[in-house]
Order: sequence, then C-alpha cells, then structure tokens
Amino acid sequence: MDYLDFEEPIIKLENRIEELRERSQSDGKDFLPEIRKLRQKANRLRRDIFGKLSPWQRTKLARHPMRPYTKDYIDNMTSGFMELHGDRFYGDGVSIISGFANLDGHVVMVIGQQKGRDTKEKIKRNFGMSHPEGYRKALRLMKMAEKFNRPILTLLDTPGAYPGVGAEERGQSEAIAKNLLVMSSLRVPIISVVIGEGGSGGALALGVGDRILMLENSVYSVISPEGCAAILWNNPEKVEEAASALRLTAMDLFSHGLVDEVVKEPSGGAHRKPITTASTLRRVIRRHLNELMKISSDDLVSTRRNKIRNMGYFYE
Amino acid sequence: MGWFTKVKKPLESIAFKKRIPEGVWCKCKGCKEIIYHNELVESFGICPKCSHHHRISASERIRLLIDDATFEEKDANVTSADPLKFRDTKKYKERLGSAQKKTGLSEGVISGSGLLESRQVEIAVMEFDFMGGSMGSAVGEKITRTIERGVEGEKPVILVSCSGGARMQEGLLSLMQMAKTSAALGVLAEKKLPYLSILSDPVSGGVTASFAMLGDVIISEPNALICFAGPRVIAQTIGETLPEGFQRAEFLLDHGFVDMVVPRLQLKLTVAQLLDFFCGEVAY
Repeated sequence: MDYLDFEEPIIKLENRIEELRERSQSDGKDFLPEIRKLRQKANRLRRDIFGKLSPWQRTKLARHPMRPYTKDYIDNMTSGFMELHGDRFYGDGVSIISGFANLDGHVVMVIGQQKGRDTKEKIKRNFGMSHPEGYRKALRLMKMAEKFNRPILTLLDTPGAYPGVGAEERGQSEAIAKNLLVMSSLRVPIISVVIGEGGSGGALALGVGDRILMLENSVYSVISPEGCAAILWNNPEKVEEAASALRLTAMDLFSHGLVDEVVKEPSGGAHRKPITTASTLRRVIRRHLNELMKISSDDLVSTRRNKIRNMGYFYE
Repeated sequence: MGWFTKVKKPLESIAFKKRIPEGVWCKCKGCKEIIYHNELVESFGICPKCSHHHRISASERIRLLIDDATFEEKDANVTSADPLKFRDTKKYKERLGSAQKKTGLSEGVISGSGLLESRQVEIAVMEFDFMGGSMGSAVGEKITRTIERGVEGEKPVILVSCSGGARMQEGLLSLMQMAKTSAALGVLAEKKLPYLSILSDPVSGGVTASFAMLGDVIISEPNALICFAGPRVIAQTIGETLPEGFQRAEFLLDHGFVDMVVPRLQLKLTVAQLLDFFCGEVAY
C-alpha cells in the first residue's frame, strides 16, 4: 500500500479527478467545472487533515513508504555524487550511503541512512538499520572530510541501530559511542538533518552537528512509540499515547531547543513533491553552510561543544 | 520544602537497603544456596559459596573503591525536572518520588571526589535501583560535571556504569545526554587525562553506547550483562534463543570490547595500579 489510512479520502478524490480528466479526453465531454470543484475539495481536505496531525500520524508520515530517502535527496540536492565504501575493518555497512558531492558550490561529505524502496533494496539496506560497519564507515569518512577541510552533511533516517547477534559481537555500542565523541570534536562544519525517522542512538550516531535540522514531518526520539508503549504501558496498543508523551515531532523538539530549524514540507508531506522538498532543504542547508564556513575551526568546535553541553533540563 | 530539596540521609545508613533481602538468611542468585545475609553484606555482595556478584548500591560501591572518609559528594542537589510532563500509567514525577524514597538518593548517580589508594580521583557511580539506573538530564549533567572536574583539577576520572540505558520519560533530552557525556570525554582525552570505565551488571542501551564504551581502559565485573540491545529484543528480532553467555562480560572480553574482567574485591587495587601506569611517578 502506497498511502496511509488518513491519506485515503484525499487519494480517493484525486483518483476521481484523474478519472474525470481521462473521460473528458476520451468522451469529449466537458467535466471541467466538476473537476475544479473536486480540486477545491481535495485542497480543503488536505489542509484539514494535515493541519492537525497527531504525533502518531506524523510518525507514520515520517515512515511513509513513498517518503524521499537519502538517495533521493542526494540525487535532487547535489551533483557529482561519488559513493565511497567500507569501514576498512569488516564490511561496507550498506544501510549508510556516503561520499563526496557538490552542493551549491560547496564540496560536502554526504552521509545518510538509506531504508530501501522495494523489497529487494529494503533487505539489502537492512531497512535502514545499521550494523557497526556503517557507523565506522561514517566515522572514517568524517575524519577524511576533516583532513581535507570539507564540511559534512548527515541525513538521519533509521528505525534504530540494528539489534542483532553480529552487531553486538562487533561492538554496536562502541561504534556509536566513538562517533559521538569524535563528531563533537571534528574541526569542520557538520549539518545534520532528520529527513524521516530519527531512531534513537542509531540516528544520534550521525547526529552530533553544529546545526540540527528536521523536516516538518520527521520525528526524532529516544525510543519508538511501539517500544515505549510496550515497556512503559505494558501494552503495545498504546502507541498513540506513547507518541504524544515522547514529544517526538519536529515542532516539539524545536520548542525544547534541541533542534535549530524546522524545514517546511509541501502540503501533504515530502512524498507529494520530493523535488520541491529537496530544493527547499538545499536552500536551507546552503544558508547554514555559508554561515558555518566563515567560523574558525577552534570556534566551531567550542560552539558545538557548548551547544551539546547545554542540552538537558534539571533542578539545582 | 519541595521534594527535590529533600535532605539526603548519610551514605552509610542506606547501604544495601532493599538490595539483598531482609532477614538473617537469603538465597544466592547464582548457586541458589542459602547464605547468611550479614556475610553477603560483609563481602560486598559476593556469594561466599559460588562468588556470584550480586548487584550492590552506589553508596556501597563508593565504600568499596574510595578510601574511608575521603569521599566528598558533589552536585547532590542536581535532580530531574519533568520537562515533557511525561505520564504513562504513572506520572514521571511519581516515579521519581518513589525512586527517591526507595534509594534515599535524589538522582540515579552519586558523584564526587575522593582518594583511591591515596590517589585523587573524580568518580561517579550509577544507582540501578533508581529507575533502572536510567540516564536522564540530571544523571547526564552529574556525569558530565564529574568529567569536567577531572579536566579542571587534572585528575583521573572513574565512571561506574550500572544502567538500563536512556530514561524514556525525558524523551530526546535523555538521548542527548549520550552526546553530552561523550563530548566531555573528548575534552578529557585532549588533556591526556585518564578515564577508567567500570561496568557492573547490567549496562545497556544509551549508557553502553556512550561513556561506558569510551574508557581508556574498560573493566567489567564477572558475568555482567553488557549490551546495546537487550537479549530479549535480539531474541525477538532473530526469532531464536541466544547462546549461553551471550553479551556477558567474558563474551565482550573474547570479542575485544573490554580490557579485563576483574572480580569485585580486586577492583580497587587494579584501578590503583592502572592509574600509576597512566600517571604515576616514574623513576629512571
């Protein structure tokens, strides 16, 4: 299924419009007034539905099967992308795509999690859940970017780091921990964008940036609503409550000061207009890059460290 | 007076509270033999029959590692807020309240300065009985400050982990504590100051995937469960039961992720010796 339950009424209207258009061509009959009316209705409906999405609906949107993935953003935002492979220890870590590309006059190291569109690719990419190899490849390439003084762009979209026997044997925790430490001290600009699902430590392992951005319908959380419902409610059906309680939407996180900017998506979500979304995001990234490229490496690192240092609410 | 300014009981009096069942006799969790309760307390939770290491409280752990009467607690007044107004089947605030009552602590970690075999150290010890030793903003802050005191005072840092991971009730804020503590360790490393990570059963999730795995030397207690994803989650994912000993300290030693597995009673001397290797006086 390529659409979500709450998208259904809109999709039905759109199919009806398409049908009428085809009929007006084949029958020579004029359905234009009716089409116009239906279009207005569809727009109204879209505004209504998407104007008041619940956190759980937004989570579904963030995981939408048609949502643009890292590869789509690389294709639509950058040129001359050259993929670089391997962690030089064990494997390639194909849930993460990485390499140099041009973005509006900057050479950037792009590193992002890729979920996979069709069944075959989903399996190849392990549904975007990285093994340690992926994080170690990312680390190698981030250090390389630092060596050649190139900024880093990371795109976060993962259900989480892979929970498996091999991943544990090869040090999933160590791989994530090392990335957090090294990213906090890299001497080149880092921009991190949550484009879909920011799944806990698996996302954070690429997410220690000078700027942390989120697409409007992306989510970022310490645990999935499913996991949270199972543990804290002891009832897997409480996902809606868990999604609300976790405050995982872009606007919620922005209001808590954990995210620097929320990037607007087209009405109906990024998957409705992937190219428009990509060009909006490109412009936002360029603006931040232009700012960050002017800052000295020392200031960059100390500002980034301060930013991370100040995250948290507590009494004293 | 608000609950968060509650005066703490002195450390000694709360040692072992609830950890080992009340009564004269209790059952070892390892060999299931009946042991004399006082004997278990005397031996820091180690079964005299099978050497099984029972979980001990943070204050007991400090008594184990830090020279008598030299521990000076810091940041005891740093406590959790409830920024998300989180509520599952219970309010987060209520859960905090009962954890405080249960442990006599204000948060899930005790931190401070002290002497270890006469060597000055900064130390933080996690308390598993405080909401599963989970790391929220306050725990992250106290651990970060421990590391920062190490940087400022040019002292070694020792962190003893015992935690189920990030504290869900603080949402993404708790996830960010992973980055915060790891970033502070980056500064400590730049100053070439040692960090020893001690792992006690269990260490999992966001704590393993941040400071616990970043020690210059990582020491685990025998048989401690150390993992990113818990065995139950993995068993569910792969749909099989897991091999005996999977994700235990010895398994991590075999796979190259801890430096050594050290029995509890030898921890203090091992750490002291390591500190000398790192920064003791060298006679040429």
